[in-house]
Amino acid sequence: MITGTPKPIEEILEMVEPYDNIIVAGCHGCVTVCRVGGQKEVEVLSSTLRLAREAADSSITIKELSLERQCDPEYVESMRPVVEDYQAVLSIACGAGIQFLAEKFPKTPLLPGINTGFLGVTERQGEWSERCQGCGDCVLHLTGGICPVTRCAKQLFHGPCGGSTGGICEVDKDTLCGWQLIIDRLKALDQMDNYGKLKPYKGWSASRDGGPRRIIREDMV
Amino acid sequence: MLPCTGRIEESLLLKAFENGADGVMVIGCLEGDCHYVSGNIRARARVKRVYDILETINIGAERIRMYNLSAGEGAKFAGYANEFVDQIEQLGPSPINERRSADSKPAPQEEKT
Repeated sequence: MITGTPKPIEEILEMVEPYDNIIVAGCHGCVTVCRVGGQKEVEVLSSTLRLAREAADSSITIKELSLERQCDPEYVESMRPVVEDYQAVLSIACGAGIQFLAEKFPKTPLLPGINTGFLGVTERQGEWSERCQGCGDCVLHLTGGICPVTRCAKQLFHGPCGGSTGGICEVDKDTLCGWQLIIDRLKALDQMDNYGKLKPYKGWSASRDGGPRRIIREDMV
Repeated sequence: MLPCTGRIEESLLLKAFENGADGVMVIGCLEGDCHYVSGNIRARARVKRVYDILETINIGAERIRMYNLSAGEGAKFAGYANEFVDQIEQLGPSPINERRSADSKPAPQEEKT
């Protein structure tokens, strides 16, 4: 899922300061699962803003809504009948959802209520960790299902660097060495021959180096 | 009517302040005695989050508190209720209510969809 963290309420209050009539928009997708941008968070954030603004003698009217997904046009369109009645939209979806709303509603200022994090997994309630950087050229079949692009701080492709000690990355003591994990896993799977099959170079052209990416599936368009 | 403090959402607690409460006390079963296993533990975490929000927006964290009691502790319940009411009376009206009484404004309503 795409993860995120709430922005500090002080920062959000500063963003909404010029407005007295806004929409707070959540998303039922990833940000609901990681408890940062769903319907419940819309309700909590809206109440918080109303209380803070009223305490400061500057009350605010808030329309609370939550879309099935802010990254799909059919759901975004459902906002269209109401969006122009409000001065701004404070979205607590991921950065993709916020930008999609901004594109669809060019006359309405869009404000981000969260800081979007990474593509990750739930370790336990309240803890998420990164697993994929969307490099566009997956090699997980050769690396025991552990991604060297994400799990190695240097994104190395041919084994651990000299900063790996006892399975720990030199970046910090709580970060496991991605390549130690890969080698341990390949040994456990009896697939160490895969280590030699890694490509001589990583094709980064499918990653971010070429600017914003686009996928066009000719079989679907 | 809530069967368990585990059903209390943070938004419900904040709504109480929006609707004019000067203080909110949440009373759950004793920890370890929840009929639903962990409802009161979840409630404790939610009350803590609202506590932090109230502190951040200058309403006052001390205006919300969670107590744990068994159903057989009526006298203790009365003691806690009196203690909390005394605490809130000492604090006085919430900044929201102070503002409303100065302006004679009703509570703003959430927009209906």
